[in-house]
Amino acid sequence: MTPLLSISDLRVGFGRNPKANEVVRGVSFEIADGETLAIVGESGSGKSVTALSINRLVDFGGGRITGGSMKLKRRDGSLFDLTGATEAKLAGIRGAEIGMIFQEPMTSLNPVLTIGTQIEESFRLHRGLTGRQATAAARDALDRVRIPDAARRLKYTPNQLSGGMLQRVMIAIALACNPRLLIADEPTTALDVTVQAQIMALLAELKRESGMSMVFITHDIGLVAGIADKVMVMQNGQAVEQGELNQILDSPQHPYTQHLLLDVPHFASGRATRADGQRDKGENTQPALKVDGLVVRFPLKSSFFSRATGAVHAVDGVDFDLMQGETLAIVGESGSGKSTTAKALLGLVRSTRGSFSVASRKASAERSAKPLQMVFQNPYASLNPRLTIESILAEPVIATGGRVDAETGARMASLLERVGLPKNSLERYPHEFSGGQRQRLCIARALMLNPSVVVLDEAVSALDVSVQAKVLELLVDLQREFGQAYLFISHDMAVVERIAHRIAVIYAGQIVEIGDARSVLSKPKHSYTKKLIAAVPTIDRRHEHFEIDTRQVPSLVRPQGFEPAPARWERFGGDHMARAEA
Amino acid sequence: MTYLLRRLATFPLVLLGVSILVFVAIRMVPGDSITAMLGTEAGLLTPAQRDSLAAYFGIDQPWFVQYWRWIGGILHGNFGISVTYGRPVLDVILERFPLTLELAVLSMIIALLVGMPAGIYAATHNEKLSDLGVRVAAMIGQSTPSFVLGLLIIYTLSAGFGVLPAMGEFAPLWQDPLRNLSQLILPAITLGFAFAASVTRIARSAMLDVLSDDYVRTARSKGASARSVIWRHALPNALIPVVTLSGIEFGYLLGGAVIVEQIYALPGLGRMVLDAILQRDYALVQGTVLFIAFNFMIVNLLVDLAYVALDPRIRLGEQ
Repeated sequence: MTPLLSISDLRVGFGRNPKANEVVRGVSFEIADGETLAIVGESGSGKSVTALSINRLVDFGGGRITGGSMKLKRRDGSLFDLTGATEAKLAGIRGAEIGMIFQEPMTSLNPVLTIGTQIEESFRLHRGLTGRQATAAARDALDRVRIPDAARRLKYTPNQLSGGMLQRVMIAIALACNPRLLIADEPTTALDVTVQAQIMALLAELKRESGMSMVFITHDIGLVAGIADKVMVMQNGQAVEQGELNQILDSPQHPYTQHLLLDVPHFASGRATRADGQRDKGENTQPALKVDGLVVRFPLKSSFFSRATGAVHAVDGVDFDLMQGETLAIVGESGSGKSTTAKALLGLVRSTRGSFSVASRKASAERSAKPLQMVFQNPYASLNPRLTIESILAEPVIATGGRVDAETGARMASLLERVGLPKNSLERYPHEFSGGQRQRLCIARALMLNPSVVVLDEAVSALDVSVQAKVLELLVDLQREFGQAYLFISHDMAVVERIAHRIAVIYAGQIVEIGDARSVLSKPKHSYTKKLIAAVPTIDRRHEHFEIDTRQVPSLVRPQGFEPAPARWERFGGDHMARAEA
Repeated sequence: MTYLLRRLATFPLVLLGVSILVFVAIRMVPGDSITAMLGTEAGLLTPAQRDSLAAYFGIDQPWFVQYWRWIGGILHGNFGISVTYGRPVLDVILERFPLTLELAVLSMIIALLVGMPAGIYAATHNEKLSDLGVRVAAMIGQSTPSFVLGLLIIYTLSAGFGVLPAMGEFAPLWQDPLRNLSQLILPAITLGFAFAASVTRIARSAMLDVLSDDYVRTARSKGASARSVIWRHALPNALIPVVTLSGIEFGYLLGGAVIVEQIYALPGLGRMVLDAILQRDYALVQGTVLFIAFNFMIVNLLVDLAYVALDPRIRLGEQ
């Protein structure tokens, strides 16, 4: 039987001389009807370019197919040559036979058109439907992706829906005309982990309903376990290994596949937590950071002159303490208040109530003018491109009134060496470094003042998985060496498991569970923690069925003067506590 | 609706500020209306005659008294009397304004009709020879002064075709539309040329931005044709900068186009206000500046309303 899609020796290049700048260098694979192929790789591996080549969208990004062949079996059984087809012919294939969904649902929909119009467009293009028929079809399409209240939602514009909802709309558009192949390019990377689980469940269910085939692109090999039949691992534009799912996951042959499976952080339900630096049982040690009843609210006003009618309770009574040399991870999903907590501690937003105190480090009091330092998520945006590395590292010293002297220079050199950057880095500019190197620079900058606490806000989230592993290792080593306390803010359970001594789970502005990392991850007590942990993809769970949950995240907007009920805590041995639920 | 009312409520405040500025500014210029009006003959006036003339025009009082009287008058719809025309200021302005408005509207129509397609064409042929051609033309258009272009047009027409632009008594649109258009079309082209060049450049860069956006890729992945991608998905998203630019340019044009009016001998607001400044016709200058400021605010308001119509993400009056 002919496969639905067969690609052999595909080569794709960019620029004026595409042959010389190939980013996909001879990739071959086949997909049978109803089969799902996962393409796994890191950024620059050529996985997305491969995906975009299938429906030839790569042409619009400046790419050229420089060699190989791609054949699609059409609905009527005839073979269609994707490599040589004209743009007009391809327009008839796109959307009708090949659907596609993308990484960023927030930007992938046209902001000025209603989602109804955007779904209807597919039916107009390929089915010739107009007017009421098109609207009815669009409503059915929304129903199909389990969006409640579809008729009303058709009139919404994308800004009125959440990321998870928008990705469902994207799926509705891609599947509108029942394509036989769906290309999903990192469709859940921009989403929260519980939302990711729902989108994955939806895709699995739609696949079962329609019998379509799928190409699933991801950097997360843990994610493929739940959905793929076959896996292809890509590196530097080539497929280094491909085969059946179980064969790849259980007995990987290529060193790079082994590296992805073994060295990269995967969630292990608390089995991979740190063994060092257990909390000092002595009560006399002073915490490095103590936070007491922190509250951050943003008042809501309809105009400048009118009184506040309510407030967004971004952080609603958070307390914790952080010992020296310890890592506390704050985990939560977007909108949970984890980043706002960090910002309030750094004075980047004003806290409404509550107090916190930071202990300065006695051994080096002189250098600890600012005992809190921060490392941000995006290493590309958080380094000023016009400053040399020397100026960037000198900045914290100057900002706290210090002088840049020989001692500062020596510290710069030793920190650069310590974070693993070349000696000649000082005169260079940020753009000369890779993402991982930049994040190392940010870490060096944060350590310049020898702070007692470093706040790391999603500090490894923007990095490729293998770079992530190395930066995490570096952070752990530095902590052992310098004894800093880390406040590690993250949405990624697998990462948190590698670095945290303790974990605080935050939901709707409140800590719902806090305790020893191993205990929280292996024996979660609060229902939200359980839900969060169940949603984390792992290599162990293969083709697991996940219930689709269409509940929306609760609103954090409260009426004026609202105060949450005081928390009641249940204790589960050690310092593991969870908020009692109604 | 409440947003509209709130915006309108800020108008008097802005106008008050503008009125003080212009009132003080014009009095800081050396010279006075009596000297300006009578020229060398002003030297023949006896001090008593001069004083009585000053009292007649009300310029013998301290500036704040003059200002108070002027503002009080405006609240009653009286903008004062122009010393050069000997008629109420508002009458003089409203007589000149239709021409200026018409010229501005025509220039904008020309600018959009030429600039939008040129910009879109250049963006969709990015880095090709035709794109380069459009960019060079736009650069030339933007850097050619209007008096050069105006004279060039007149010269070419008269020397090459023996046609002279319709001059003479200006015919308002409602009296003789044909003659009116024949009088205005060349000035409108002269003004619209540079305007079109700006529109081309901004439309090109806005379209280039939008064409690389994710939702354009999504549209293509649905199988939308190249035409549909440009007109239906990209263009509506590229309009905001064009509207912003057009609003600003249009606002300037409503203040009159001194040079072009001069070249084509048109009785517009620009020439009038220039004469009024030279003549130290305080009342007329003040009245015109207020009028221009008011128009600018109206245009800005319309631009903001256009934003809302174009982009559902923009909500007016939200904090």
